[in-house]
Amino acid sequence: MTPRPAHEAPLLSVRGLRKSFGDAVVLDDVHLDVQPGECVVLIGASGSGKSTLLRCVNLLEQVDDGVITLAGRDITDPRVDADEVRARMGIVFQAYNLFPHLTVLDNVTLAPRRVHKVPRAEAESRALAMLERVGLADRARARPDDLSGGQQQRVAIARAMVNSPQLLLLDEVTSALDPELVGEVLDLLRDLREEGMTMILSTHEMGFARNVADTVCFLDGGRVLEQGPPSEVLGSPREPRTRQFLSRLVS
Amino acid sequence: MPSGAWAPSPVELERRAYRRSRTARSAAVSAVSTVVVLGILAWLITHSEGWPRVQETFFSWDKAVHSFPAVLKGLWLNIRLMLICGVSILALGLTLAIMRTLRGPIFFPLRLLSTVYVDLFRGLPLLLLLLLLGLGVPALRLANVPTELAFWGAVAIVLSYSAYVAEVFRAGIESVHPSQRAASRALGLSNGQTLRHVVLPQAVRRVTPPLMNDFVSLQKDSGLIAVLGATDAIRAAQIETASDFNYTPYVVAGVLFLCLTIPMARLTDHVARKQGWHGAGGPL
Repeated sequence: MTPRPAHEAPLLSVRGLRKSFGDAVVLDDVHLDVQPGECVVLIGASGSGKSTLLRCVNLLEQVDDGVITLAGRDITDPRVDADEVRARMGIVFQAYNLFPHLTVLDNVTLAPRRVHKVPRAEAESRALAMLERVGLADRARARPDDLSGGQQQRVAIARAMVNSPQLLLLDEVTSALDPELVGEVLDLLRDLREEGMTMILSTHEMGFARNVADTVCFLDGGRVLEQGPPSEVLGSPREPRTRQFLSRLVS
Repeated sequence: MPSGAWAPSPVELERRAYRRSRTARSAAVSAVSTVVVLGILAWLITHSEGWPRVQETFFSWDKAVHSFPAVLKGLWLNIRLMLICGVSILALGLTLAIMRTLRGPIFFPLRLLSTVYVDLFRGLPLLLLLLLLGLGVPALRLANVPTELAFWGAVAIVLSYSAYVAEVFRAGIESVHPSQRAASRALGLSNGQTLRHVVLPQAVRRVTPPLMNDFVSLQKDSGLIAVLGATDAIRAAQIETASDFNYTPYVVAGVLFLCLTIPMARLTDHVARKQGWHGAGGPL
């Protein structure tokens, strides 16, 4: 554990995280700090553990070892109410995971109404404001199946953002989209970043990583091999493995 | 650090100990509450005023031992009926379901036939079908038609159940996402080949648990042929009862049916668990 100089207490801190599925060790002694307002971008090959790391932070996976603290509280403690922790985080999945049986508006208002107990009228006005932000207020009554991939992903982001989460997790949110639709989603994320949203996102879009990241983490074989500002990790990587990964991406 | 050298940290060990204690606690709570509830029930029943009489009439050990061979012999008819009906129902149900999902105007008569069949035999009470076929058809005195009661009982059961099972299969077929059909047709497979190699395997997997449920139900409903007078387990119990109005043989028959259906229900659970969730959702 190498203590890094931090001006503020980190919002999220991951220490010695380990997760395995059977014999496969997917995360091995991972350390990561996220400051409030920081945008951390996880890069690495498929299977390097990016998604699993995000799922562990959201407590969708039970960790095998290590500690994750959110705002100073150990959330990996089994005494902690996972639902209450998740209610303060937003997560967006690669495959959108919208509920196909609900309208766009109902997708966005489900958690505010059922978890946060916001009255229906207020939840709907908040949801509509959020849909306005992602440019989809006019599709509020549509079903997810009637939307394009980019629109669905923007609804998923609205669904995560409407609860005003402390932390937003985004798992390869553009991987299923074509280049034009990627643009609309990345623009939205850039806006959120400007507004000071704390985010951890995994991506294969190196240009975007360079653009929005405060910190880039390169994961390889379940470990954080290299982390730092994008100019260092993407510009002049120290590790040969990082160089190899980046050169393959460019070519 | 090589992964082989990893040992759980004190924090993790403490977490594991806590989780173990929670598991032990919930196991203890469930064990105690089960024993208490069953204990109270048993006490209430055995201390009720009429219990000695009920015990004598329904739970007489001597009568049970005495009637057991006859009821068991009757059960053999139920088992044969169940197996033969089970296979016929699956074949007929699947055929009906496929007929009903065929597209194109040329198949309209088949679709209509299947729809009418399902509406009719799903709508009629099984008991009525049993009486109509079991007592009505032999009365027609047709030549070269079996007159055995169990045969017509089986036909009635197959007619009724195949209509239900056809709908289960159809729901399974329609739950396979259209993209699967598209992918298969795009490879050049014909409509029939698509059905056979892509749609049905997925559909059948998905509806296996509800089908097993129907099969458990069939095991019990095979006892309904007793109304026709065929000597199955229930009928055998009835005969045993008639001599002294002791109803213990019915309880014996009930226990024997449970011995058939409970293993089946556990097998259903096992299949459903092993199969996991193969729904229409995407990757996690």
